[in-house]
Amino acid sequence: MARPAASPTSAAPRARRVAMPLATIAVLLVVWQAAVVTGLVPNFLLPTPVQVVQALAEDAALLASHCVTTLAEAAAGLAAGVALGFAFAVLMDRFEGFYLAFEPLMTISQTIPTVAIAPLLVLWLGYGALPKVVLVIVSTFFPITVSLASGFRSVDPDVIDLMRTMNASRWQIFWYAKLPAAAEQFFSGLKISATYAIVGAVIAEWLGGNEGLGVYMTRVRKSFSYDRMFAAIIVISALSLALMKLVELAQRLCMPWKRAERKSNER
Amino acid sequence: MPRSVGRAAAELAADQPVAPALEARDLTLSWDGEHVVVQGVDVTVAPGEVCCLVGRSGCGKTTILHALAGLTTPMAGRVLLHGEDVTGRPGRVSYMLQKDLLLPSRRIIDNVCLPLVLSGMRRTEARAKAAPLFERFGLAGCELKWPSELSGGMRQRAAFLRTYLMGADVTLLDEPFSALDAITRVEVRHWFVDVVAELGLSALVITHDVDEAVSMASRVYVLAGSPAAGVPSRVVGEVAVTRPAGAPSFELTDEYLAAKREVMALLG
Repeated sequence: MARPAASPTSAAPRARRVAMPLATIAVLLVVWQAAVVTGLVPNFLLPTPVQVVQALAEDAALLASHCVTTLAEAAAGLAAGVALGFAFAVLMDRFEGFYLAFEPLMTISQTIPTVAIAPLLVLWLGYGALPKVVLVIVSTFFPITVSLASGFRSVDPDVIDLMRTMNASRWQIFWYAKLPAAAEQFFSGLKISATYAIVGAVIAEWLGGNEGLGVYMTRVRKSFSYDRMFAAIIVISALSLALMKLVELAQRLCMPWKRAERKSNER
Repeated sequence: MPRSVGRAAAELAADQPVAPALEARDLTLSWDGEHVVVQGVDVTVAPGEVCCLVGRSGCGKTTILHALAGLTTPMAGRVLLHGEDVTGRPGRVSYMLQKDLLLPSRRIIDNVCLPLVLSGMRRTEARAKAAPLFERFGLAGCELKWPSELSGGMRQRAAFLRTYLMGADVTLLDEPFSALDAITRVEVRHWFVDVVAELGLSALVITHDVDEAVSMASRVYVLAGSPAAGVPSRVVGEVAVTRPAGAPSFELTDEYLAAKREVMALLG
């Protein structure tokens, strides 16, 4: 059915929505390649896209093994960050005093750049996996807590009153009303956290360690192989993208009612 | 039990009419424990009856609803359910608001079953109990839909089925159908009155909408006052509504207009 063209992105046919950004990327790559080949930018400073792809292929096995390390650190940190954030948000929801005490602190702590804490963590915790995991926990904990806490509070108080007249327990009110109400915000928080997790792990690896994409990056930088540097960047952004897609998939599975809502909004 | 007491109770039961389904006796309520919002309200609803309590916005209607539902304890007065004192005890009467309050994350059948599941019934058992009622409540075919897929009128029907499954035979309604469009509103009101009669329920509708009150109730209590200005609200009158038998559209009869006029006069 024809709808007013209020939002061009959703009105455009699917093929166009895929083709347009791909074309943009292709043009940019061609310009990049041309700039280096023609000598506009010296090749020892900037590798061509073709060289980057070659490096990616040559080092594929090595990158894969570093990738596993980074992914493991990020996943462990993210899981712990989510668990901690969940527990904290539940406490903030359950106890008004707890909420009042920690809510401003949450906001302030989000302004602290994790990059600034990383050297301290390495100093305190050494060169093993621990400082990496801790940095990931620190950078994912706050978005999760904040999104869940505000999600829990978004429940209509009339719903809670209604459930009380049905003699619902505190746990039932949480399970049936608060948790689903927080799901939407939780997943947007989780999506941000997933990218923070990868970036956090890589930053911690820059500062020391034996394995991981960050370690690989420091090594290739020291040997001036910038093509490999770019290869690592591609791997990192691919990882973040894959994690984000994974979160979207989880969201779709956990919130089946969302699709019906979108459909009825379009009507 | 001593015989004399037993006989006295039997005589009492023979002499006295059946206890009202819902009775508020001399209810005095406050928002903050200091300023009186509602003073000395007496309301009774007989079994099988639909009554309305009508008053302007801000006169303390919702405060009364909360007290009758047992969510708050009144400063003074009592709430009786079939003669039993239920003051300050939630979960004894069911209630329904203008907002349907369906949980967006549950399918209609699970929303409707919520009171059963919350009281410990298994989901499959609760679904089996609710399913046969969908037809009578005009919801056939909506069992597995999400709330967002239903129109406002259908959502209110689902909310009322959920209310019915709360198992209480007394229902409180707060402006239940005012948010619906005009035609749906009239339809749903009549449907509601029919279902209440058919299922042997009793209902008290609390509303600011005089039309809603007169078209649904057999008796309308009129609440007036301005608590914000320090004048507690009281029941200033009671209007009996007679429905002429066989009238195709009650809202167009003289009886309807007469009752509406009387209520408006009392509201001032």
